[in-house]
Amino acid sequence: MSNRDETFAKVAEAIEPFNKKGIDLAESTSFAGDLEWDSLTVMDFVAAIEDEFDIIITMNMQAEIETVGQLVDAVEKLRG
Amino acid sequence: MTDLFSKFDALIAERQALLDTGVRDPFAIVMDEVKSPTLAIIQGRPTILLGTYNYMGMTFDPDVIAAGKKALDDFGAGTTGSRVLNGTYQGHKACEDALKEFYGTAHAMVFSTGYQANLGMISTIAGKGDYVVLDADSHASIYDGCGLGNAEVVRFRHNSVEDLDKRLGRLPADAQKLVVLEGVYSMLGDIAPLPEMVAAIRKHPNCMILVDEAHGMGFFGPNGRGVYEELGVEKDIDFVVGTFSKSVGTVGGFCVSNHPKFEVLRLVCRPYVFTASLPPSVVATAATSIRKLMHAGDKRAHLWKNSKRLHAGLREMGFTLGTETAQSAIIAVMLPDQETTVRMWQALLELGVYVNMARPPATPAGTFLLRCSLCAEHSDDQVGDILDRFRAAGQAVGCIS
Repeated sequence: MSNRDETFAKVAEAIEPFNKKGIDLAESTSFAGDLEWDSLTVMDFVAAIEDEFDIIITMNMQAEIETVGQLVDAVEKLRG
Repeated sequence: MTDLFSKFDALIAERQALLDTGVRDPFAIVMDEVKSPTLAIIQGRPTILLGTYNYMGMTFDPDVIAAGKKALDDFGAGTTGSRVLNGTYQGHKACEDALKEFYGTAHAMVFSTGYQANLGMISTIAGKGDYVVLDADSHASIYDGCGLGNAEVVRFRHNSVEDLDKRLGRLPADAQKLVVLEGVYSMLGDIAPLPEMVAAIRKHPNCMILVDEAHGMGFFGPNGRGVYEELGVEKDIDFVVGTFSKSVGTVGGFCVSNHPKFEVLRLVCRPYVFTASLPPSVVATAATSIRKLMHAGDKRAHLWKNSKRLHAGLREMGFTLGTETAQSAIIAVMLPDQETTVRMWQALLELGVYVNMARPPATPAGTFLLRCSLCAEHSDDQVGDILDRFRAAGQAVGCIS
């Protein structure tokens, strides 16, 4: 697995507890549209991702992240 | 038809569905007459006010009212101007002097509302490249202050010292950070573990701390300054933000500080500069009220007694409350869903008790609740009546046995 595939797998794992509708996850799966998360779910999920990867995803960055693929890219970048 | 309002369609439909069940609109109450800090007439019925944040009951204080009337006669109905142009009167300075004395600080700045005080402080002192670190359950004015400014915004889990510490540790050491906390969180009425939070923050470089004491002023701490005074962390707090619309009993907001450069904010803080200042009567009532709150020991004691009695009584009846013990003058009654909450709210209103209904996204974690805020002027008999009516309403709605 490449680093990115590994990050995708970890992100997917972190999504599972919040994936109440059992949606199949792909690069283009969107948090608001497909997963139907509200702002409180997003808050809990972001905190979980931050702790998993030991990073900070500021609210400014969160506003730009709409899909799983974009999140994986952001995590890759933030881990440096 | 699709237009700019189409984005509100889901909310309009949800509200209509609720009203179609025959309940009254919890967000459209009109106080036809207000008799005292604790009693109003709503649709012809005398109603005990248990949702006003009028903690110290100063709205009808005779000295406060006399000061307002005199200022109205002497200085007119309004200033028609910004604080930095024609809108600073003797009364605005007198109000800032009262705040400096109340808080024991070198500086005080009065804003036109508490909302604007947070908006102004956060958006101005945290700029591009700086960080604002805030509790996830922060008040809307804190979030909006972040939205107005250009800083990077980082949230931590509500009241979690560990979460705050971890996040500060991940930020660049040389970046300037503003940590924003509240003494009392107004939805559940819980207080912040400020000493533990301050200790965690002080492990990290370049942090300043702002505490919003909107719901703590008047009855926490030896001088009534707020939770931060009660918990003994005064020396570590850089900025205290507060409001006149709760314990002070009128309207307006403020920030107090000992920072040597604080006064420059009067030139650079847009929510301070680009709005009209408070009317002379309002600052006169505020200054008088603040000075009286310095010596309000008996009222404080009665407010705490009321809060503890309501908390214990509701708990004994079987209601689920937002906190294990009465931590503040706010008691949150947790209910399972919107329908039960509205029915309970309406049953209380029909029995003559007004409380606030709160729902997501204002409430944490998707909860529905009825929020009660006690007043130092609630008599022992009124608290007894409130408890009786909660029992009757709870049994009628079926949320207690």
